Amino acid sequence: MTAETMIMDERGIQMVLARMAYEILERHRHHEKDLVLVGIRTRGVFLAQRLQREFQRLAGLEVPLGVLDITLYRDDLSQATHHPVLEKTEIPFSLDGKVVILVDDVLYTGRTVRAAMDGLMDFGRPKAIRLLVLIDRGHRELPIMPDYVGRHVPSTPADKVKVRLREGDGYDAVTVVAGGRGE
Amino acid sequence: MEKKIFAHKDLLGIEGLSVADLELILDTAVSFKEISQRSIKKVPTLRGKTIINLFYEPSTRTRTSFEIAAKRLSADAINISAATSSVKKGETLADTVRNLQAMAPDIIVVRHACVGAPHLIASRIGARVVNAGDGANEHPSQCLLDLLTIREHKGRLADLRVAIIGDLAHSRVARSNMRAFAMLGIRTRVCAPPTMLPREMGVFPGVEVCRTPEEALREADVVMMLRIQLERQDDVLFPSLNEYARRYGLNRQRLALARDDAIVMHPGPMNRGVEITSEVADGSRSVIMDQVENGVAVRMAILYLLGGQAE
Repeated sequence: MTAETMIMDERGIQMVLARMAYEILERHRHHEKDLVLVGIRTRGVFLAQRLQREFQRLAGLEVPLGVLDITLYRDDLSQATHHPVLEKTEIPFSLDGKVVILVDDVLYTGRTVRAAMDGLMDFGRPKAIRLLVLIDRGHRELPIMPDYVGRHVPSTPADKVKVRLREGDGYDAVTVVAGGRGE
Repeated sequence: MEKKIFAHKDLLGIEGLSVADLELILDTAVSFKEISQRSIKKVPTLRGKTIINLFYEPSTRTRTSFEIAAKRLSADAINISAATSSVKKGETLADTVRNLQAMAPDIIVVRHACVGAPHLIASRIGARVVNAGDGANEHPSQCLLDLLTIREHKGRLADLRVAIIGDLAHSRVARSNMRAFAMLGIRTRVCAPPTMLPREMGVFPGVEVCRTPEEALREADVVMMLRIQLERQDDVLFPSLNEYARRYGLNRQRLALARDDAIVMHPGPMNRGVEITSEVADGSRSVIMDQVENGVAVRMAILYLLGGQAE
């Protein structure tokens, strides 16, 4: 058994999301009406929903929310021995001229974000795409930089960073399982 | 992320699939429907893959549907139809397959008048094979789009009552559907002129054969009409189209025997005024256009589940 270290608890996640929501509001204060949120399935969607509520609470701002499944844009489908179950993408508004806040839980190799950007481009021509992640654990394989980071978590490729959110897992926590065997 | 496996090299029929396989294809198809509503109706998933549509029988709907599905997944789709190919010049199926093999396709979609032709091709080629109709045997993609359409309208599949009426003997759609319905716990009643009943009805467990369409229609949730194959009229399976329409055709009066919320399906192309009246075909209970729309999504799901796999 390897030890699982708690990085962030429920309150930690809540504070970090509030802080990032303030940062976004500050940086986009002159064109906040252009903001839209797009969450990457599955946990990115839960985080985007929470941010949507934060914008409402902090500024009375209604920000549209879209859901993106990146499966069809993955670069490793032909290598995967079986498929992740494809789920629906739901972006019921045009992204033309919008500032998209793309939301995911953990940023690692950057391949998911690359796939997500390809996906977003099929829904219009956003003015900008900004990347928000709860955790940046390093080890990028592509030149991708986040704009808003909840927490930098130094890790080795063998480590497992686990994000659990109450909407899907029943409780909020970010933990690291030190590398080697994993699960 | 949850992962499920579609552990088949080919899709040759409903026979050989499990309930989990059927559900995986249907669930995947649901997610694909959204792509056809985008302004850019294309995803890069099967980029660089080659799909050959090999059609030895005329088809517009199925071939077009497979072609659109392939193109929306960014695969390169090539159509070969018997009328314009070397088949006309006397090439055997085995030789055609050898030639196709040399072109290194990833998926071959086959329609052939002979039962088992797709199976023969699948056994001789590395490419994945999808049966788009073989003789009177199977037409799995049509069956799956029917299942998707039923599930969308009824919210479930188990315990529904389905009536299938028409030329069952020549219908591969009916055979695939009777297999799938039995697996899924759908209660099936069929009715056909005695000359149009398959001899092998015994192999479809749980299917009730009715003597009149009225009996089959009673309390049905789903009414599935089959096409009368006018091109087979020479076989003299029934006295006249007029008599067939009167005794077996679906009209408003007969439809009233089914449940109030029953849906009407037809695999197309329809003979209006023969197996179905225009009034019913275009009426509020008809889901025939939904079937066509769902056909693209189901075929995208099939190509994705076969084509995205590792060799």
